[in-house]
Order: sequence, then C-alpha cells, then structure tokens
Amino acid sequence: MTIKKAISIACTAALATLSAGANAQISGGVVKIGVLTDLSGTYSDLAGSGAVLATKMAIDDFIAKEKPDFKIEMVSADHQNKADIASNKAREWFEREGVDTATELVTTSVALAVMKIAKEKDRIALMSGPGSTPITNEQCNDVSVHYTYDTYALANGTARAVTKQGGKSWFFLTADYAFGQALEKDASAVVVANGGKVVGSVRHPFPGSDFSSFLLKAQASGAQVIGLANAGADTTNAIKQAAEFGITPTQSLAGLLMFITDIHSLGLKSTQGMYLTEGFYWDLNEETRAWSKRFFGVQKKMPTMVQAGQYSSVYHYLKAVKAAGSDDAKKVMAQMKKLPINDFFAKNGQIRDDGRMVHDMYLMQVKKPAESKYPWDYYHVRQVIPAAEAFQPLSQSRCALIKK
Amino acid sequence: MEILGVPTALLGSQLLVGLINGSFYAILSLGLAIIFGLLNIINFAHGAQYMMGAFIAWLALTRFEINYWVALIAAPLLVGLFGVILERTMLRKLYKLDHLYGLLLTFGLALIIEGIFRDQFGISGESYEVPEALSGGIHLGFMFLPIYRAWVVVAALTVCFGTWFMIEKTKLGAYLRAGTENPQIVQALGINVPLLITFTYGYGVALAAFAGVLAAPVFQVNPLMGSNLIIVVFAVVVIGGMGSILGSIVTGIGLGLIEGLTKVFYPEASAVVVFVIMVIVLLVRPAGLFGKA
Repeated sequence: MTIKKAISIACTAALATLSAGANAQISGGVVKIGVLTDLSGTYSDLAGSGAVLATKMAIDDFIAKEKPDFKIEMVSADHQNKADIASNKAREWFEREGVDTATELVTTSVALAVMKIAKEKDRIALMSGPGSTPITNEQCNDVSVHYTYDTYALANGTARAVTKQGGKSWFFLTADYAFGQALEKDASAVVVANGGKVVGSVRHPFPGSDFSSFLLKAQASGAQVIGLANAGADTTNAIKQAAEFGITPTQSLAGLLMFITDIHSLGLKSTQGMYLTEGFYWDLNEETRAWSKRFFGVQKKMPTMVQAGQYSSVYHYLKAVKAAGSDDAKKVMAQMKKLPINDFFAKNGQIRDDGRMVHDMYLMQVKKPAESKYPWDYYHVRQVIPAAEAFQPLSQSRCALIKK
Repeated sequence: MEILGVPTALLGSQLLVGLINGSFYAILSLGLAIIFGLLNIINFAHGAQYMMGAFIAWLALTRFEINYWVALIAAPLLVGLFGVILERTMLRKLYKLDHLYGLLLTFGLALIIEGIFRDQFGISGESYEVPEALSGGIHLGFMFLPIYRAWVVVAALTVCFGTWFMIEKTKLGAYLRAGTENPQIVQALGINVPLLITFTYGYGVALAAFAGVLAAPVFQVNPLMGSNLIIVVFAVVVIGGMGSILGSIVTGIGLGLIEGLTKVFYPEASAVVVFVIMVIVLLVRPAGLFGKA
C-alpha cells in the first residue's frame, strides 16, 4: 500500500465517522416518513393525494426553516381502505425499509391495525384522517397520535350548538354499522344533556343511495332537526334528497361527520344553513390563507382539515426528532408530547397521554349562495370551541394509559 | 288510519317512492335483459355506462351549458356509440366462448372506466340541479311529491314499454327475436345479424345512459354511483328470468315496491330483501319468474 493510498483511506474513514457522528442517533442517517392513505377510494378526496402533498410541503418547509442535520425521505402507498393491505404495507415499511413513522391512516379499521404494528415494532403512528374514538380509548397505545379530529369532537360540537340554539327535538338518520351507531349514540347523549330530546331514528343500509323513504319517516316524525349519523356519499345523497322533498326549509339538517369537500361537491344551494364542526378552515386568518393558497396552487382544491392536520403533524414530528436528536420512538414521542404545537393549523395544541392532540375546533354554518363572495367561500365561523371543551375529557377516558 | 301500526299516509308515500326506485331498476334491468337475450353477454359494464350517462349530462351542463333536455337525448346517443365501438372491437370476439369471458371483459371495462372518472373528477361527486321546468313539488295530502320524481316514473315507464313494444310488436323486433333463436337461419334469409347485434348492444347501453341522466338530479353524480346499483339490478334480472323483456320491467317495478315496503317495516333489511327474493325464486323457479324453463 502506498502512503498516498493509506492517507486517502484514513481520510475517507475519518469523514465517514464524522458524517455518521452528526446524526449518530438517527437510524440509517435518514428519517423516513410513510404516508399510508386512501389514494383511490371513498376518502381519497378528503385525504388521498392532498395528504401526500401536505407531507411533502411539511418536509420541504422543515428543511428550509430548521436546517436539520439529518436527511428526510418520504414514501407513500394506497391502502384501499383495507386493514389487511395497510398492515402488510406497514410491516414492510417498518421491517425492511426503515420507515420511522406511518402517517395519515384514514379509515378507523386501517388506523387500529397499523397502530398495533407500530407498537410491536416500536415505531410511531401519526393519524390525521381516521375519526373513531377507540383510537384514543380502548385501543390506545403510547406510540400513537390522533391528531386532527374525532367523531366525539364533531358530534359533540354540532349537536350541542344546534340544541342550544333551539333545535330541541332530533331524529337520527343512521348508517347501519358500528361507526354510524356510535355517532348516533354520542350525539344523542349530547342532545339530551343540553335539554333536547330524541324522537326517533332510522337505520339505513350502508352504503345507500336512495334516502327518500327514510327522509319521509324523518319528516313524519316532526322533529326540528334531522341528525345525519353517516358519512361520505350517504351524507351527500341524503342532503340532496332532503332538499328535493322539501324537508330542509321546515326541518334543519345537522351533519355529524362532514368535510369541506362534501360541501364543495353538493354546492351551497342544498347545504346552506347547515351546521357542522371542523378542525380547520382555509379562510380563518392570514396564516391559514397563505398556507392553503400554496396548497391550492398544486392541488387545485382547498385543503380539508385532514390534509392541513397532516402537514402540521408531520412538521411537529420532525421538530420532535430534531429536539430528541434521535428517531427512537419513545424519545420522539416524549418530545412530541412536551412541545406545544403552534402553527397555522393549531394554537397551543397539546398531545395528551392518551395520544389525543387537543386544539380548538370550529362550529361552522354553511353560507347562503348569495353570501359566498369567491370560490371556496363556504363557512361562517359561528363559534370557536376551545380545546378543553372540544374533545372527550380525560375523566371519561377508557384508555389504559390514563391513570385515574 | 293505520295498517300494522304504520299510518296509511306514510305507507302510501313509501309505495310511491318504491315505484320511483322500481322505475330505475326496470330501465336498467331492461337494458341488461336485451343484451343478454341477443348477445349472451352478461354486461357488467352496465353500471359504469349508467354513470357515464350521468357524467355526460353534468359535463354538458357545466362545461358547455347544454341543458337537461338535450342531454337526455345526447348522452344516451354518445354512450350508445361508445357501446357500439366496444361491441365491434372487443365483445364480438367472445360470442362463441363461455359467458364467463364476456363477464370478465365487461367487468374489467367497468373498473377501467370508473378508475378514469375517479382520477378525473375525484370521489365526492358532483351536483346536478333539477331542471327549472321540473323543480318544485305537489302536495298530495299524504306526501310532498317532487315533480322531478313523478317525471322519472313517466319517462322510465314510457321508454320501457316503448322498448317492449318495439321488440314484441314490430318487424325489427321480430328480426331481433328470430336472431336470438337461430342466428344462422336468419342470416341465411338475408338479414344482417351482426349489424343487428351491434345495434342491440348500443341500444342496451343507451338505456343505461338514459337512466343515468334521469338519475343525475336525484343522486349525487359520482364515479361509483353505478357499481352500487348494478348488483341489485342483476338480482332483478335473475328474478325476472334472464333475457325476458317484459319480465325485467315488471320485476323491476315490483321489487322497487317490495323494497319500499321493507323500508317501512324493517329498514335494516331493505338492502337484502331483493337478494332474499332472488334466493327463493332460484330455488322454486330456477329460470326466473318470466323465464322459459
């Protein structure tokens, strides 16, 4: 070996240790974020490619602003709303591809399956899209964060506000499966607690397309408010047909799980006056507008709360990795829970021990067509529901991590 | 007044709603029955073609300001033409093979078509307003009947019975029926059977698109609107008897009514009732209610 060669080897070795030393705690020197979402099915508009875009934006912004000394990569996959596909993908990511966190995870069944695998493999599950409350109750674990909203917050916000404003008698139109029934149960409790009463309900097969029979029953009940304990196409079809059968001027509708994409697709004519609860609205203030317009520039649609929450959760995760100086799940989770969340999406957001990220929610009323001045100008913000009231209180928690 | 604890007013309104849904079933199952009768093809793309009809109406209105009435004629023609191209380029090659090949091909086509629409328009769907002349409704005493729904029944039944008349009572229909029975002999008599088959497929597909335009103002126009409906419509065809023209119309309306009644007495079962009836019919009369054994 010549001296020259020996020196060059020594130098290379020294350089290699140096660069490794800069992020010794980051496995493989790369923080890898997996976006596991519905890219083609029912939830692809409210999460889908928009959630992938939001993740990219979060990574780019983080690199530009925080100048981390580790590399960040993103992978994405379509779980087709099937828990088995999601589980296989999550395993492959965690075991073979060195993915540090599986994110988004819309659809509760997918979320619950991936949470378990994350726990087993000691990685993090960051959930923006799924809605059901078992995620932070019966099925909670210490490597999962439920970030954007849950059905408790939406049903609670809407049912309470509508009941308080005089909608005292309710009739529920409920999708006949676990999710719809849980939504009806939660909302009924809120209605009764606020001095209202539930005069009846009808369970429709899922998925349905013609709701006129059920709507006629709701009409015959004489209830002031028809609560829609369903989601997606079921909700939009029910709203459309309620207008058609002349129900909406005399009785009002309350959507218990709705997104801005639903309002956009139905139009203001058939949704005007409806109440709903959202975790985010693009047109709240300068900050939300600035971010949303960047998003719109690429996606040609304004972001849903799920997509905005996805950005915020990924950014917060990366901040925690930087603060911990490690991508170890326990250390990162400790930082995520310690650091408050302050960005365009949430002010003083906090991740509780049950994994629930609590932040302010907004009670919205859909504008009349004449009140809408520009594209996507859909909501009046009727009430800001403070974080402490918006989500299920820890005193009611059924999560084993919460000591009472 | 009440029947089995249900006010008659509610019962009446549910039967009327059942009749409206039955009209959709009738017109869709009619198209399927015609195609199966003459081509021996189980057209699984029927739902996708129904969805195309609705989307063309929506695109025509929002992009080109073409109104509902024009769309009601133009969309079936366009989708029918699409059907003709499919028949000429693909289906034609499958007539001598087992039913299964036609089913697989059309099922694959349905997935591709729905995939393209989903990619282009997203999943939430689009809203199509009820045309001005048919908006509003009539108070019937026992219910508020939207005029548009009444129009759906009238339009669907007119087209259904028009089709039945054409097939059963006209010369063209006689050729069609003869072509179904024995294509070789009919061909030998100088009738262009392949052209007849192409026309029939195009017509069956056009019926689906017509139903799609009728449905656009009622349901959210959505890439998956057809696939949700098509399974029920297949059950209707099986109950009526595969290939039976009148059977598909009568069964479509009848099952709409039965489904409507189920929604009154036990709504949870309303999605299954059609299939329960299908099982019973298959056990008792395997050729279907109107089929020739």
